Amino acid sequence: MAAGSISATGDRPNLGRSPGSRLDPWMQYVLTGLAALILALIGFFFVRLFVEARPAFDRFGYFGFVFDNNWDVSRSQYGAWPLLVGTLITSGIALVIGVPIAIAAALYVTELCPVRLRQPLTILLELLAAVPSVVYGLWGIFVLAPKLLPAEKWFSDTVSFLPFVGGTVSIPNYFVAGLILAIMILPIVSAIAREVMATVPVENKEAALALGATRWEMIRLAVLPYSRAGISGAAMLGLGRAIGETIAVTIVIGNAPNVGKSVFSQGYTLAAVIANEFGEAASDPIHRAALIAAGLVLFVLTLFVNAIARAFVNRGVRRERIVPQGMAG
Amino acid sequence: MSAGLPAVAGRRRNADRAARAGLLVLTLVALVPLVLIVFELLSKGLGAWSWTFFTTDPTGRFLGDPGGIRSAIIGSIVMVAIATAIAVPIGIGVALYLVEYGKSSRFADVVRYFVDVMTGVPSVVFGLFVYIVLVVSQIGGTFAGWKGSVALALLMLPVVTRSGEVVLNLVPDGLREAALALGAPRWRVVARIVLPTALPGLTTGSLLAVARAAGETAPLLFTVAFVNGLSLDPSARMNSLPLQIFNDVGQAQDRLVQRAWGAALTLVVLILLVTLLARFIQKRSRLA
Repeated sequence: MAAGSISATGDRPNLGRSPGSRLDPWMQYVLTGLAALILALIGFFFVRLFVEARPAFDRFGYFGFVFDNNWDVSRSQYGAWPLLVGTLITSGIALVIGVPIAIAAALYVTELCPVRLRQPLTILLELLAAVPSVVYGLWGIFVLAPKLLPAEKWFSDTVSFLPFVGGTVSIPNYFVAGLILAIMILPIVSAIAREVMATVPVENKEAALALGATRWEMIRLAVLPYSRAGISGAAMLGLGRAIGETIAVTIVIGNAPNVGKSVFSQGYTLAAVIANEFGEAASDPIHRAALIAAGLVLFVLTLFVNAIARAFVNRGVRRERIVPQGMAG
Repeated sequence: MSAGLPAVAGRRRNADRAARAGLLVLTLVALVPLVLIVFELLSKGLGAWSWTFFTTDPTGRFLGDPGGIRSAIIGSIVMVAIATAIAVPIGIGVALYLVEYGKSSRFADVVRYFVDVMTGVPSVVFGLFVYIVLVVSQIGGTFAGWKGSVALALLMLPVVTRSGEVVLNLVPDGLREAALALGAPRWRVVARIVLPTALPGLTTGSLLAVARAAGETAPLLFTVAFVNGLSLDPSARMNSLPLQIFNDVGQAQDRLVQRAWGAALTLVVLILLVTLLARFIQKRSRLA
């Protein structure tokens, strides 16, 4: 350091520093500490769940716990396969029903609807997100499921040749749970899809229109290809929500611990089993460990799905800065 | 589009019309459940509302008067208030770290990633975690209101941090630089310039987190447990609206289901009020 620069450092009497600056490092330490706390918390979280779930994994093996079709509380047998299947079936139904509707609504709001209607429609779509899970459950079991029953019976009898349809129809079942989940993920999927579609450059859309494309062709050629990654991400985030949704599903799925024969059978999900059996498990260590292990499987599943979702959404966002390559996707 | 151009050929025009109609129909389909739920909530919920409904506690008797939901409303408000007192300072603190110090450093990116991870964790898993750490270990007894608040705070934290980071980033750097140039220490710039400028946005984010937490049932199930009577002491069991509804649904008795509808309408109205307040504050903010 040259002599001239000395005056610019701390040696200079009190000119460059205000009296209160002693507190500055402290603020930095405290805020950094809080940020580190988040990491510590999640690490601790994972370790504690794992330690508490160990007895179940030790007894049934990791593979056995996840893939054995055998959840029988009375015989202390815990294989989570029926729960995993229930989680996958219900969230699969939710995706198949919810995502196309959510994307259609997002397209309509961003590209087709009169500007005056845009705001009110957006608010209405987001209102669905303000309804709590337990209220969806209440509505699902006392209004939706009974009203749907005749239609389900008719469908089950008419197209019983299809796989996983036909046979007895119970009031709480996989399909009703999936339908409720579809309604619950609709606002989030639609909101993210709308955000992604809003990033499509006006130039791309105007170019399509100027070439004589109809509105629908413009959507197909300019909007959808550009926002494909983001929309996939939105769908994955919706899937993550559907997998972890607990109370609504617990109320409408029937809580039967076996793999149902059709989509109209009663079932169980990973989240529902935890909510439903926790009371009785408190005094039975292996049962409790099994439920915590189910929670761990659920946790890992949502981590995985959300990581994929984030990768998609990030890819969609990064594309923003790059000139899109050709429109005919 | 404009007149004078040749009309679009028949097949393409028909495809366009069909697709537009299809999108409109699907959008309307998306609104159907909302209409149905609001209709049922109003028709069944309003029927349950009365003065005594809001001023008496659930009796827990199998026959006769089931009682109202006073303890549930008060319990929910107390627990969510405690959760807010925990989650908002920590959440905004982490957001401040990310914006003022971390920026795009390696550590800040890791923190951001894990905040995102927290957003995706199902609420029932948070409930399990708090059950293991605070209930099983018998810290301050078994089930308690404040343990439910901790579980709710874990849910609120990532929401507060993510929205806080967005808002703090909107505070113009010019303001910070002007204050620093005048010789203000960093903490003063944050306390006197950055936070006040971002206050409306931070409030909105926190209120949206409150709205999310207020409707959660699963994390309360194994941290607070259900109780009928009124309790103002967060170190004891407390009632809450979501658990009251869940419990009444499980009993499947008409008069209890009736109370569940009334409680559900109350809960939805409270959540909507908080959401509206959040939007109102957001509108009045000077930051975009």
